[in-house]
Amino acid sequence: MAKNLFLATLLMLLFPLAHAGEAIPTSDDPVLEKRVLEVSENLRCLVCQNQTIADSNAELAVDLRNQVREKLKAGQSEDEIMKYMVARYGDFVLFNPQVKSSTWLLWFGPLLMLAGGGWILIISLRNRRKLQQQTSVLSAEEHVQAASLLAEKNDGQKNIKDAS
Amino acid sequence: MKRSFIPLAIFAVLVVFLWIGLTLNPREIPSPLLNKPAPAFKLTQLHEPSKMIAPEHLRGKVWLLNVWASWCVTCLQEHPLLVEMARQNIVPIYGLNYKDQREAGMAWLRQHGNPYILSAHDLDGRVGIDYGVYGVPETFVIDKTGIIRHKVIGAITPEIVEKTLLPLIKELNNG
Repeated sequence: MAKNLFLATLLMLLFPLAHAGEAIPTSDDPVLEKRVLEVSENLRCLVCQNQTIADSNAELAVDLRNQVREKLKAGQSEDEIMKYMVARYGDFVLFNPQVKSSTWLLWFGPLLMLAGGGWILIISLRNRRKLQQQTSVLSAEEHVQAASLLAEKNDGQKNIKDAS
Repeated sequence: MKRSFIPLAIFAVLVVFLWIGLTLNPREIPSPLLNKPAPAFKLTQLHEPSKMIAPEHLRGKVWLLNVWASWCVTCLQEHPLLVEMARQNIVPIYGLNYKDQREAGMAWLRQHGNPYILSAHDLDGRVGIDYGVYGVPETFVIDKTGIIRHKVIGAITPEIVEKTLLPLIKELNNG
């Protein structure tokens, strides 16, 4: 048991090391590598779709990172590289979708939902207040009725006290 | 009474959306290359490294470009269909041997049959990237003027051949 625990702890401690070893830069130029990573972070890996090609170690992601590196080396701008990728893999390759007519719903949908929710909230609060105001006002007749009920209750309590 | 239907209606709409979502295949990403000219390339032939192959040589005919590799498990699944299509002479099929060792690719074809008129050897996968390949196998239908008309991502199935490829090839050949 203790041995297992020791092993588990050891593995947990080693995990960050193993993780850190994964993304080995393949060029000696740290500035270039940083740029490669920056650009790669905006490109979606098409094999493991929730990762960027900077995170992924799928073979295609490695190839695409190499493409990015080569193009940066050749002096291309980030914009040009993005265009190159989109021409081959479509908008899907962009990790941050562009704002255009087909993505308006994606970008502004949440705001729309928020506005809708706010509207429902206001309406229902207003309705509730109206309802409260209506019920809190008693008619003259109801006042008399209530007063007599309260009086009756007090009388009853008095009687009980007297009897004891 | 009427109000209590509102959450139910919202729920129903949600169910419909999620239901549609379940039937979609997130792995199938529409290719921006559809109805665009097939990217040019010049690669060595798999069987004859001294000879080149380029898509512009195929102008004037409708052809299939099938991306395959000996390491690709799914390729094996569709391979008999390609062999059968080649046997029936339905359409010329060319292969793009993607990120594969020459020897391994040739051995694989010897073992499973070779439906390809020629295979191009794309060792570093560069041409694959130009074609937007992200999941082997992939199959492109290219028309007489060199325009990509259709792309199948993943293994082709008898259903895809019957319902999509054959009618499309027929239509393109007549056009």
